[in-house]
Amino acid sequence: MTQPLEKEAQAGAAAGTSGVPRRTLLRRVRSTATAYGFLVPTMALVLTFFVIPGILLLILSFTNLASVNFGDPWNFIGFANFERLFTDRFFPKILRNTVFYVFTTLILFNLGLALVLAIVTTNIPRRAGFFFRLVWLLPRLTPSVVYILMWRRIGQAEPYGIYNQLFPEFLGASGGNLFLGGSPWTFVILTNGFVGASFGMIIFTSALLSIPEDLLTAAKVDGASAWRIIRDIKLPLIKWPLLFIATYQTLSLLTSFEYILLLTEGGPGLFTTEVWALTAYKRAFATYAGNSQWAFGATWAIVLVTVALFFAVIYVKLFKFDELVEEPRIDNL
Amino acid sequence: MTITEATPPHHSTSPFPKVREKMGRRFAYGFLILSIAPILVGYSWLVIATFSIRTEGLLPRNAEGGIGGFTLSNWAFITDDAVWNAMLNSFLIAVTMVIGVGVASTAGGYALSRMKFAGRKVFLTGTLVLHAFKAEMLLIAIFFVLRWLGGIPLIGGFIGFNSVGGVALVMIALELPLGIWLMKGFFDNLPWDMERAALIDGASRFRVWWQIMLPQVRPGLAALSLFTFISGWNAYLVPFTFTVGTRVANMPVFLSQLISDTAPTNWNLVAAVGMFQMIPLIIFFIFTQELLLNIYAGGSKGT
Repeated sequence: MTQPLEKEAQAGAAAGTSGVPRRTLLRRVRSTATAYGFLVPTMALVLTFFVIPGILLLILSFTNLASVNFGDPWNFIGFANFERLFTDRFFPKILRNTVFYVFTTLILFNLGLALVLAIVTTNIPRRAGFFFRLVWLLPRLTPSVVYILMWRRIGQAEPYGIYNQLFPEFLGASGGNLFLGGSPWTFVILTNGFVGASFGMIIFTSALLSIPEDLLTAAKVDGASAWRIIRDIKLPLIKWPLLFIATYQTLSLLTSFEYILLLTEGGPGLFTTEVWALTAYKRAFATYAGNSQWAFGATWAIVLVTVALFFAVIYVKLFKFDELVEEPRIDNL
Repeated sequence: MTITEATPPHHSTSPFPKVREKMGRRFAYGFLILSIAPILVGYSWLVIATFSIRTEGLLPRNAEGGIGGFTLSNWAFITDDAVWNAMLNSFLIAVTMVIGVGVASTAGGYALSRMKFAGRKVFLTGTLVLHAFKAEMLLIAIFFVLRWLGGIPLIGGFIGFNSVGGVALVMIALELPLGIWLMKGFFDNLPWDMERAALIDGASRFRVWWQIMLPQVRPGLAALSLFTFISGWNAYLVPFTFTVGTRVANMPVFLSQLISDTAPTNWNLVAAVGMFQMIPLIIFFIFTQELLLNIYAGGSKGT
């Protein structure tokens, strides 16, 4: 219904303005000015908290600024920080940890379990499915400090730990602390995975529910098994949400460290569960012998930021966002 | 036609598909219950610990080591001013964020959805890249920006390092890409007839936005506000990094201070404070279930 109207309006606008180019120009300038008026708060915030910090981070990584020489003029030391970073004794370990953490959590939970949960909860009665998805959302809504508190309690040593009480001699439980002893990675991945899975679960669920019912009925009538329906019909139809979650969550995992900071602080021992993002944070904000190495932390951060931006650009390209950048429907009346 | 009537899925005469279906369903429930077990166990401990002297695993213990020991003493912190101060800070951060994110995203989302201007494409792609890009990595540099903001005369004390306003501003910026993206989506879905009529009648863009568009995106704005409030209420990393001491601590930071103290931690007190902090979230959880489960789905529709 609106289609012809819209076209007519556009045609009218074009016909009316083509004769008076100067007015068009003026109008265009004015409309751009109005648009930027609406964007003032956004621009101010993005400039202050994204653009300037981004540039600052890059500059910082070429200095030796730390809390001991704070107040002195910034001293530029070239690529020394980068050299130090790549020759760091723990650099290979941190890199390995990061890759392991990101891809294990992504494949097992943020993508794998998320998909399984979405498929299972859409194959049982609607209300039951809704209930389970709602419970799965709880960890995401829980304050991180409280959430980690629960997990710490589950993994604590005897007699306080819940796991040790329930399964005294089972699956590696030896009575000791689990997250700072026997199986720190299991706990790091579980804590992150239980939050991460719900995002994919919600997106996949809505994608699965929007598959036309007759398509599934037709397959059932043809005698397709549940597994074949999933493999040959459902999965191909939710290919885009799957790709979206994969890229988006890779990025989230790559730069997130809050739960690890609260759970193990990168320990136990030296760099056992320390990931790249946590190193950057700890170098800059946790003090080593009273000294916060802001510049060195910034160097770790800027390398990660570059990787993250690279992923972000791929993700924008991958999802053909020019479709979303289409011209607005209303303009220049 | 005849084929479908002969074998409708749920009136099957053969016992086997039914048995298989039943098995499948049992397996599904078994899996789901198993999967939420750690979540339920964690919350059970929180509730039990809140009301006991001490706990071993999930069992409350009394002074003699038997099961029991119910107490309300963990909740004595309710009369402590420090808790209420933290609560107030949490609330101020969350509310400032709701307002800030709400204003910036509805204005920015409207412009991006409805107006044609030079640089629009850059803005849209930029928002998207920022949305994908996690800003936690910029915290080191934001530290310097906040110190600088704190040096501004008059208002510096409210928006600089170690102030509630500063934390709120940083959090607003972090939430903004998602907010703009969601609001643009909501505006995109609105019919434009009313807006067009108003513009032809000579109303200004601002008036159209305020009087015609905003009332129509109210459900979307409500969903965004809910999520912004929750993320502000739960904020830990930003306030932890950019505040010092107890004056400006919000609830999560206050709670982490209870744990990281050098003295032995009273875990039952920690559990009670954690529970206390979750009260508004539990209320949201009970009354806004549909909204909670649908926001991400709605927001990603464009993708």
